[in-house]
Amino acid sequence: MIKFDGVTKVYGDKVKAVDDVSFEVPEGNIVVFLGPSGCGKTTTLRMVNRLESITEGKIFVNGTDVNSLNQIELRRNIGYVIQHNGLFPNMTIEDNVMAVPNLLSWDRKKKTDRYNHLMDLIGLNPDEYRKRYPHELSGGQQQRVGIARAMAADPPVMLMDEPFGALDPVIRSRIQNEFLQIQQEVKKTILFVSHDIDEAIKMGDGIAIFEGGKLMQYDSPSELLARPKNEFVREFVGQDRALKSLSLHTVKDLISERMLRKADGLQKHNKKTITVETNLRDALSILLNQEADQLFVQANNKLVGAMRIDDVEAYLHHHIK
Amino acid sequence: MNKRLVSFVIKLILFTLVMSFFAWSFKSGYYQLIIDDAEGFIFLLIQHIHMVALSSFLAIVLAIPMGILVTRPKFQKLQWLFMNTANLGQTIPSLAILALAMTWMGIGFKPAVFALFLYSLLPILRNTVAGIKSIDPDLLDAAKGIGYTPAQILLKIELPNAAYPIMAGIRTAVVINIGTAALAYLVGGGGLGDWIFTGIMMRDNSYLLSGAIPVTLLALLADQLIRAAEKLIVSKGLRPSAAVSD
Amino acid sequence: MNEIWNYIIENQASIGAYMLEHIQLVGLSVIIAIAIGLPLGIYLTTNEELAETVLQVANVIMTVPSIALFGIMIPILSIINHGIGFVPAVIALILYSQLPIIRNTYVAINNVDPHIRDAANGLGMSTMQRLLRVEIPNALPIIMAGVRQAVVMNIGIGAIAAFIGAGGLGVLINQGISRSNTTMVLTGAIAISILAIVADGLLGILQKRMTPKGFQQ
Ligand SMILES: Nc1ncnc2c1ncn2[C@@H]1O[C@H](COP(=O)(O)OP(=O)(O)OP(=O)(O)O)[C@@H](O)[C@H]1O
Ligand SMILES: [Mg+2]
Repeated sequence: MIKFDGVTKVYGDKVKAVDDVSFEVPEGNIVVFLGPSGCGKTTTLRMVNRLESITEGKIFVNGTDVNSLNQIELRRNIGYVIQHNGLFPNMTIEDNVMAVPNLLSWDRKKKTDRYNHLMDLIGLNPDEYRKRYPHELSGGQQQRVGIARAMAADPPVMLMDEPFGALDPVIRSRIQNEFLQIQQEVKKTILFVSHDIDEAIKMGDGIAIFEGGKLMQYDSPSELLARPKNEFVREFVGQDRALKSLSLHTVKDLISERMLRKADGLQKHNKKTITVETNLRDALSILLNQEADQLFVQANNKLVGAMRIDDVEAYLHHHIK
Repeated sequence: MNKRLVSFVIKLILFTLVMSFFAWSFKSGYYQLIIDDAEGFIFLLIQHIHMVALSSFLAIVLAIPMGILVTRPKFQKLQWLFMNTANLGQTIPSLAILALAMTWMGIGFKPAVFALFLYSLLPILRNTVAGIKSIDPDLLDAAKGIGYTPAQILLKIELPNAAYPIMAGIRTAVVINIGTAALAYLVGGGGLGDWIFTGIMMRDNSYLLSGAIPVTLLALLADQLIRAAEKLIVSKGLRPSAAVSD
Repeated sequence: MNEIWNYIIENQASIGAYMLEHIQLVGLSVIIAIAIGLPLGIYLTTNEELAETVLQVANVIMTVPSIALFGIMIPILSIINHGIGFVPAVIALILYSQLPIIRNTYVAINNVDPHIRDAANGLGMSTMQRLLRVEIPNALPIIMAGVRQAVVMNIGIGAIAAFIGAGGLGVLINQGISRSNTTMVLTGAIAISILAIVADGLLGILQKRMTPKGFQQ
C-alpha cells in the first residue's frame, strides 16, 4: 500500500535527515515511527504527502509514485493530523471537519451526513459542537476533531504526527482506545509518529525504529521486543522489554495455551476478578501490587478460572522469550 | 475606599466636565457658525470626508496586497526592507509629510490626498505583515497538508486569521487621517481645518469650535464604526486576546 | 538640495534655537507626563475597574486630532489668558502621552511573572520594596517603550503647536508656508523628521540597555 524505496532527504546540502530508507506498509495497517528526537520521523512522514520534497528514492502509495501525482490532489486523498491538531481558529467545528469536503465541493446533504457520522464516530455530539469554535473545546476534544477532519473525505491513507502528544496520560490512553476502535471499522493505512514506546506497542501493527535518519528495525511489536536487531534498538525499547511485551497478550492467550488453573474456591476472602480481555501486563501489576495473590478470571460474567504470578512467568518463558 | 465608587466618581466628574464644556460653549453661541453658514460647513465637511475616504481607500487597496506580497516566501528579502521603511516612515511627523508633499506637488487637494495616502499606507502595511506573520505555522502546515492551494490558504486561513490586526491598522490609519486632513488647510487642501486655522488666526472661538468639535466627532465616530466592523468581520473563533493589537 | 544647505548655514543660529525650543517643549511635557502616568499606571494595577475607565478615556483622547484639541483648548484656556502659546501646547502633549505611558506601565506591571512576585513575597519584602526592587525593574523595558512612543508622537504634535505660538521647529513650516518659501518649509520638515528619528533611535538604545540581560533574545 505504501512503499518507501531508498528514500533519502537532505536539507540544504548537509543535513541528511533521512538516509536510504526502504520498507513497505500493508493496506489497513498502522505503522508507528519511533526514535529519539531529530531522528527523521516527521521528515519521513511529510515526504509521503510531499510537504517535504524527496531528495532521492521513491515513495509509492497504492503503487503510484507520489511524485507523479498532482501535489494538491495527493494531499486531499491523504488525511493529515499534526501534534497541536492545527484546527483553524477562525472556523467553526463543522467548517473545520468539512474543510476537505468543502474543497471538493460536495453537496450539502452529503456534507451534513458525513459531519454527523464523523462526530458520532469520535464521540462528540454533532449538533452541540457544530457552531462552536476550536478554543471552546478541551485539548482532548480538539484532538479528536483534528482526527475527524483528517478522515472527512474518507482517505485510504492517514499520516499522524504525534497526534496524542499534547494530552495527559489518562485522556491519551482513552483516545488511543477510541482510535483503535474506530480503526477496526475504517481500516485505514496509517503512518503514526510517536515518542513513546508504550504507545507504539499499543497502536502499531508494525513499528519502525529510526536513528540518525536510518531505519534501524522494522518489525511487528512482538518481534521487535523479542528480537531487537542491534544494541541501539535494545537500548531504545528498554530493559523491561519482556515486561512490555506482556501488554501484547491477554488472559485469553493464557487460556488458549491451557495455562489457566481451576478457580480455587477456598480463597474467596482474597478475591480479585479480571476479565479475559485484560492484558497480561496489567494482570501482573495487579498481582505484584499484592492486591491479590490469585486472580479470578471471568468471561461473559462467568468464572472460567484463576491465575497466579507463576503462570505469567511460565507464559513469558515459553511463549515470548 | 470602595474601588467601584472611586471609579464611578471619576467617571461622573469627567462626564460633568465634558457636559459643562458643551453647555458653556453652546450658551456662548460658539456653534452658531455651523447654522449661519450651513452651506460652507457642509462644503468643508464633505471636502474633509472626501479627502479621508479617497486617501484611505487608496491606502487600503495598495497596502493590503503589498503586505500579502511581501509575506510570500519568494519576497522574504523585500519584507525586511518594507517593514523598516514603514517603521521609519511612521516616525516622521504627519505635518512634515504634508509639507514635503506640498513642496513637491504644489498646493491644493491633490498633494493633501497624496500625503494622507502615503501616511496611512504605513500602519496598514505594517499590521498586515505582522498579522500574517504571527499566524501559527502549524495552521499553515495543516492547511497545506489537507490539500489547500496557496490561494485557498491565503483567503481561508491567512487573511481571516490576520483580520484583527489588519482591521486595527485600518482603524489607526483612518483616525490619524482625519486628524491630518485637518492640517490640509496649510497646503490648500480645504476641509474643516480651514475653520480651525481661521479661528486660530482671528482668535475667534466660533470658528475654532465649529471646526474642532466636528472634526473630533468625526474621528470618534470613525473609530467606533470601524470597531463595529471589526466585530462583524473578525471571526468569533479568534479571541481578541490572542490577536496582536496595534 | 544646495539651497537647503545654504539656508541651514545662513540661519543656523535660529534653527538651533527652534530645535532647542522643540526639545524643551517635548522634554518638559514628557517629564510631567511620566510623573503623572507612572504612579497612575502602578495604582491602576490595584483597581481594575478604574483601570478600564482610565484607559478608555486615554484612548478617546488619543483619538482626538491634535489640531482639534488645540482648537478646543484655546477658548477654554483663554479664560485664564493662556489661549495660545506654551501652556496649551504642554497640556496637549501631556494628555497625548498618557495613553502610551499609563497603558504600558499598567500592562508591564500586571505581566510581571507571578513566580517572581511570589519569590519577592517569600523573601519578606514589603509592598513598597517589592514594587521598587522587583516589579518596576522588571517592567522597565516596556515602560520605556511607552515613553519612547510618547516622545516620538510629541515631536510631531509639537510641530503643529507652532501654529498656536508655542515655537519650535514647526515655526519654519508655519512661516515658510505664509511666505511661500519652499526652502524654509523643507528645512523645517526635514529637521523635525530627523529629530523624531534620532529621538526614536536613542530611546531605542536606552530601552535595550534597560532590558535585563536574561530577557534579551
Ligand atoms: N526545514 C528544515 N531545515 C533543515 N533541517 C531540518 C528541517 N526540518 C528538520 N530538519 C532536521 O532534520 C532532522 C530530522 O528532523 P525531524 O523533524 O524529521 O525529526 P523528528 O524525528 O520528527 O524529531 P522530533 O521527535 O523531535 O519531532 C533533524 O536533525 C532536524 O534538525
Ligand atoms: Mg517530529
